[in-house]
Amino acid sequence: MTLETESTVQPLAGQEENAVRPAPQSVGNPTPSITGASKLTEIIVVTSGKGGVGKTTTSASLACGLAQRGKKVAVIDFDIGLRNLDLIMGCERRVVYDFVNVINGDCTLKQALIKDKRIETLYILAASQTRDKDALHAEGVRRVFDELIADGFDYIICDSPAGIEKGAHLAMYYADRAIVVVNPEVSSVRDSDRILGLLASKTARAEKGESKVKEHLLLTRYSPRRVANGEMMSVDDVKEILGVDVIGVIPESQDVLSASNAGTPVILNAESDVAQAYEDAVRRLLGEEVPLRFLQEPKRGFFARMFGG
Amino acid sequence: MGLLAFFRRTPATASLAKERLRIIVAQERTNRDGPDYLPLLRRELFEVIKKYVNVDPEAIQVTLEKEEGHDVLELSVALPGKG
Repeated sequence: MTLETESTVQPLAGQEENAVRPAPQSVGNPTPSITGASKLTEIIVVTSGKGGVGKTTTSASLACGLAQRGKKVAVIDFDIGLRNLDLIMGCERRVVYDFVNVINGDCTLKQALIKDKRIETLYILAASQTRDKDALHAEGVRRVFDELIADGFDYIICDSPAGIEKGAHLAMYYADRAIVVVNPEVSSVRDSDRILGLLASKTARAEKGESKVKEHLLLTRYSPRRVANGEMMSVDDVKEILGVDVIGVIPESQDVLSASNAGTPVILNAESDVAQAYEDAVRRLLGEEVPLRFLQEPKRGFFARMFGG
Repeated sequence: MGLLAFFRRTPATASLAKERLRIIVAQERTNRDGPDYLPLLRRELFEVIKKYVNVDPEAIQVTLEKEEGHDVLELSVALPGKG
């Protein structure tokens, strides 16, 4: 399957950085980070606190969406010990080296980056399956990021593990922007608030007193029907409790499981509502104003309601 | 949704979820911004008060209010009613 690398949606002028970037260097020859170059690469953490809310699905789809618009994207699995992103991206049999191998110098970054077969400018860095909790450290992560920055990547997407332990901490530590994935459900919302607290205090930006990490909520498994029946909190409820703007609302759908079964990020299933909702989120990430969709229950006929469907 | 579900309505619990979250999130944010010793202080105070009065853990509120130039540590204990 070949996909267009040039998208139909043009990014805003401010986001077009390709023209001013210095000539790209090879991934294999690490160069120290160039002053100013870091401004061209945005580091985004996809996090949540609670497990199973859709962090990896979201990381995979946002990375694909950005890469389809011609951006050079690296998506990194920070879940050391529990590798998952490779399965969702469908490249599990191509993993030779992983994130920890690069940090330990067992291989070069170029050897460990898996080039996506569908989208030209998309690269995956798999998590290590080591049980050594200290395998990942801030200094090592910084080195890998600097090399990606020097190599001209536009986006580094960090797929955070669940919880608030080391992996989650390191995934958010260098972030410029955070996407907090949340289900409209009590424990997920509470955990998200905890994560927002950590973003405001335990990141490099917070520690250095720089401008704070940009925060967004992305609601997943949203069921407009249950919201209409008063069984599920609405987008506005969650937004009001957490006080953070919403970058996307992904409807509950069978398509997410089908996509992970097949190893194809769900955003690539163009007919799916889920894919369209993720496309909208990508456009908002790039600075476009896009109204939220899929907040209303689709109209169903009398028979569909009576006999299920 | 089948024939049965069409007639059987699930109770509307979303507002309940929202209300509970509003309270717990507000409480956790106060603790987060305050010093680390607040939760421990609250627990130890509870242990002491419990020796004399039978109170609920929920009845003890410890908050740190920031005022100009100084902080005020406020302790509020709701004693159980008679009877």
